[in-house]
Amino acid sequence: MTLNSMQKNGLLLGLFALVSTALVLGVEAVTEDAIAEQKRTQTLASLNEIIPPELHDNDLYHSCGLLSDNALSEQPVPIYRGYLNGKPSALAAEAVAPNGYSGKIRLLVAIKPDGEVLGVRTLQHQETPGLGDKIEKQKSDWIRSFAGKRLTGEDDERWAVQRDGGMFDQFTGATITPRAVVGAVKSATWYLQQNSTQLFQDSLPQCNSASQGESHE
Amino acid sequence: MSEFKALTKQGLWENNPALVQLLGLCPLLAVTASVTNALGLGLATLFVLMGSNITVSLVRQWVPQEIRIPVFVMVIATFVTIIQLLMNAYVYQLYQTLGIFIPLIVTNCAIIGRAEAYASKNKWHHAAIDGLMMGLGFAAVLVVLGGIREVLGNGTLFDGAELLLGEWAKQLRIELFSLDYPLLLAILPPGAFIGMGFIIAIKNRIDAKRAQIQSTEKTVTRARVTAES
Repeated sequence: MTLNSMQKNGLLLGLFALVSTALVLGVEAVTEDAIAEQKRTQTLASLNEIIPPELHDNDLYHSCGLLSDNALSEQPVPIYRGYLNGKPSALAAEAVAPNGYSGKIRLLVAIKPDGEVLGVRTLQHQETPGLGDKIEKQKSDWIRSFAGKRLTGEDDERWAVQRDGGMFDQFTGATITPRAVVGAVKSATWYLQQNSTQLFQDSLPQCNSASQGESHE
Repeated sequence: MSEFKALTKQGLWENNPALVQLLGLCPLLAVTASVTNALGLGLATLFVLMGSNITVSLVRQWVPQEIRIPVFVMVIATFVTIIQLLMNAYVYQLYQTLGIFIPLIVTNCAIIGRAEAYASKNKWHHAAIDGLMMGLGFAAVLVVLGGIREVLGNGTLFDGAELLLGEWAKQLRIELFSLDYPLLLAILPPGAFIGMGFIIAIKNRIDAKRAQIQSTEKTVTRARVTAES
């Protein structure tokens, strides 16, 4: 009798789990395209902000190529290449800061071929609202402070938050987040700077793999 | 109708999930650094609370006592995930602002508390009203606490409201005073605890005052009755 009621409860629980999962999967299927579209629009908007229209005349979003180089990241990294009158004019890469206060911070870093930073934008993060989220353009101008900066070497000491003796502000009450962002931007900038000629020449695989969540055709 | 009135009173004041039941304090204390975040999480919680209350009430006949808690948890988790996906797809700006707090709604004990204490024992439309009122009560406390902390910590109100409500809400932003050094205590979690403590104290004080007035009124009426008879 006990076994019976246990079986009944187990089955019922399983049934609920099945229905819940089906519901979530259903909603996910419905929203998948819209979410990918939102991500795409956001990346594109950020891209156009840091690479102004007068610096390129090609379609940035479709210039995207997936770069697999363990020196930059273990995951394939989307690289965007801007050209003006057929000449390389801007190079952007998605960078990931793995050491944020809570989880990874996805960034977009763009430089000119000569190494000057065009700009940085935060694409996705989970930092504490009111503290670490000042890395968003909407919350603070901090992320703009990268524009125009140059990196003179792989261990350029100015590329750190002020508390560590560098030139970038930290936020009141939050040092870990800006430190992580500065570190990630620094290594991405260094990589792009060192490999820019190569990156403009390479033909990279297209960025529309499903893993990027950007297949919407 | 009287049930509606009773539920309203319970949810908003007498049995307020945040002030009296002291449930869901984790998200409450975490997000209330500004009014905008508080309002956003308040609304999301409200929807989840109503959805889970209605669902729990509808399935209550088929759920045996022994497995009701896992079933409630599943119902709530499903609602939260669905709301998260929908927000991600259709209100991306807001989703970015509230990102990590949406999953936190699952851990809000106010929701499972209402499922267990009310929805599993009552008709679905009553459960819906209970969810609405409890949700409103919770959201109201969030907004008040968010307001206090934002004013003290930032000198503003409704900063960033356009992320939640659209472009027009930029006009809502009020700059009360500008601070060179923000009162960090108000923004950090201890500030949330202290602010919350004050709000609860004020509520208790009001209740005490009302009880006092009521008891004096009672004695007066009683005196009159004795005088007449």
